Amino acid sequence: MTDSQSHDASPQPGTVDMITTSLLKNTLYNPLRLAGGLLIFLLVYVAVTNIASGNYTLEAFVRQSITGLAQGGIYALIALGYTLVYGILLMINFAHGEVFMAGAYVGFFAINAMEQSGMLADHTFLALLITLMVGVVASVTIALLLERIAYRPLRGAPRLVPLITAIGASITLQQLFLRLFGPDPRVYPRVNLYILPGIFKDLECAEVSGAQVCKGLDLIDGLYRVDVLGMNLRIRPVFFLVAFFAIVLMIALWFFVQRTKTGKAMRAVAEDKNAAALMGINVDRVIATTFVLGAALAGAGAVLFALYNQQVTPFMGFVPGIKAFTAAVLGGIGNIPGAMLGGFFLGIVESTGPALLGISSQLKDVIAFGLLVLILIFRPTGIFGEVLAEKKA
Amino acid sequence: MLRKIVLVMGVFAIAALGLSLVSAQDTMGSSVMVPPDGEIVIGVAAALSGEGLAPLGEDIVRGAQLANITRPTVKIGDVEFAVTLDPQDDTCAAEGGQAVANRYVSDERVVAVVGPMCSSACRAAGPIFDAAGYTSISPSCTAPDLTDGTFASFNRVVPTDAFQGVVDAEFVFNTLGLTRIATIHDGSPYGEGLVTVMAEAFIELGGEVVFQDAVNVGDTDFRALLDRVADADPELVFFVGFIAEGSRLASQRFDAGLDEVAFMGADGIFSPDFISTAGDAAEGVYVSSPTPSSEIYDAFVAAYVEEFGVEEPSGPYHANAADAYNVILNAIEAVGTVDDNGDLVIDRAALNEAIRATSDYEGLIGTITCEENGECASAAITIYQVVDGAFVLASETMQGE
Repeated sequence: MTDSQSHDASPQPGTVDMITTSLLKNTLYNPLRLAGGLLIFLLVYVAVTNIASGNYTLEAFVRQSITGLAQGGIYALIALGYTLVYGILLMINFAHGEVFMAGAYVGFFAINAMEQSGMLADHTFLALLITLMVGVVASVTIALLLERIAYRPLRGAPRLVPLITAIGASITLQQLFLRLFGPDPRVYPRVNLYILPGIFKDLECAEVSGAQVCKGLDLIDGLYRVDVLGMNLRIRPVFFLVAFFAIVLMIALWFFVQRTKTGKAMRAVAEDKNAAALMGINVDRVIATTFVLGAALAGAGAVLFALYNQQVTPFMGFVPGIKAFTAAVLGGIGNIPGAMLGGFFLGIVESTGPALLGISSQLKDVIAFGLLVLILIFRPTGIFGEVLAEKKA
Repeated sequence: MLRKIVLVMGVFAIAALGLSLVSAQDTMGSSVMVPPDGEIVIGVAAALSGEGLAPLGEDIVRGAQLANITRPTVKIGDVEFAVTLDPQDDTCAAEGGQAVANRYVSDERVVAVVGPMCSSACRAAGPIFDAAGYTSISPSCTAPDLTDGTFASFNRVVPTDAFQGVVDAEFVFNTLGLTRIATIHDGSPYGEGLVTVMAEAFIELGGEVVFQDAVNVGDTDFRALLDRVADADPELVFFVGFIAEGSRLASQRFDAGLDEVAFMGADGIFSPDFISTAGDAAEGVYVSSPTPSSEIYDAFVAAYVEEFGVEEPSGPYHANAADAYNVILNAIEAVGTVDDNGDLVIDRAALNEAIRATSDYEGLIGTITCEENGECASAAITIYQVVDGAFVLASETMQGE
């Protein structure tokens, strides 16, 4: 965004040959890039030998990618919030992970109450929808309060000040939920949501008063063994649901920012707050809207996450928050499709990386963050960073 | 200008001299003085916050509190001194252990410490207690190398994992008759230590460890790891860590197709909270834990249930904490003296020696006799299995030497 030009002399538009030569030169003469290139070469070598020796099969890769897809979808939904706020305020909202946590927590109280009253069993879809709404509303409320109390008074302050405040707000929220609800995890009930009995005729069948009744695909809690192309896979539809949700919400957000009046105002504020204010844009309101959008996505993501991971704790937002921030930077912070792509990329790399390289799963964070460094060496603004910079310029 | 510099340096020199005098005084007078109407302060360091850790830490604090209620004073000659507890959060981590240890050593009223709770915290607190001449008795730090003579201040009333690991391996190999296991730990000294002992013992028995790995504390998605476990095709997954990671591994193992594979944990997940968090996934899980083996233990649990209004203790170490408290009080009674002003004087070094000289004390966990290295508990390990949402015995209690 701000200094999108990389430090190397960019190649003059010319023949493909010239570009390749200059790229090669850049790589060879820049020690950092050389080291990065060698590291990538090494990683590829280790991965290839591991595959060649038969330790890692395509089947394992596909299986791990599917779980990574879900995790990536969650990262993507959180990362979108980071990227939106950064795009407009040039500020990293480190309390965003706690906004996510708040959504999951309050969603728990809703779904738990509905489970007790039997509504979850009788009207599953409606109950889930309400839980989702409650989670979103909770996240949005927290984010609005955050913006009003912690960030707005510091709007004119140097950029480091709101950053520290954000970290403080993150710890405050964590401790607040810890004191309010205790450190013990709350456990989401298991939910069975059956869909499409017409298509999935032979799933979830049971004998009901003498007749064979099949309820269809269990979207949330179902776990199915599927044989595809000779691969024995275990599929949980909820993984695809999460990924699908992330993509749909990202596209909706993209259209909102690009096509609506509010979106236009957001882009104007992102470019120049003062000029936007002079043009009659209510800057405070636009910024609040940005927080609302980011929080809504995080809240929806939180409820989805809790539906298949069950446990909700005051600390659950911290690690995903950091990872999502990484994802946002990976994709080019301030860029909407970039955040989503970064999220999915990170999720899949994390789950396939340790096995692919044949190392301990404890090192998956090392892989994730190491990759971030590698990508930033070659593209200092992230994968999609420059596209946005050009558009804005 | 030069004069100014000399002046500043002079001020620093005087300050340094003063500081060194103060610190010299500190180490010289390593005894505690309790005025006649004062209180003897005993620190209790356990994890009081933290997901899946607080139930275990709360259990330790409650054990010490109950012991404090039943034995609220120390009698030296004819003079009685009240005892009060100072519970602090050790967060079950090295940083937390360091923080509580520093807090206790900076408060000279603290006579001794029950805790810390986790081996990581014990390892971090050890050097700090050593330097200050303090003494501590941990109710739950089980890492084998803590008593190898590194820490003068470290004592424990819990059996070392060097024994628990062997019992676990024998149970899996002999009782369950399984020969292929996968091990996972949480990267803590406790987890890594117990897994290492267990795996070595298991291989010695003739079994095979087909997969070994570790998880990060705080992670929520272990499916990719469990997928690798499933590929190695073990008959049992042995996990050592705490409730948060344990319950997630137990629930997510079904997503990786480990339905038919047994799951076993250790004392770090021996809590009703593990069952309530993991839900149905806890069914059939094996858990090993040090076991109190005295006749007075049942009455203690009954008092615990009544005092704190709970259905059952929230962790395995309440009895150990109570015993640690009582061993400290016995030692104070042995070495404490009342001076002419009526002050109680306790020499810290003598207190530590008195703790290590404890012999044949009838505690809740059994007969407590301390060795020179601070190892005080007789080894007794029992293995439980979760059946219908409760822990039931899966083996006889194994007694060590």
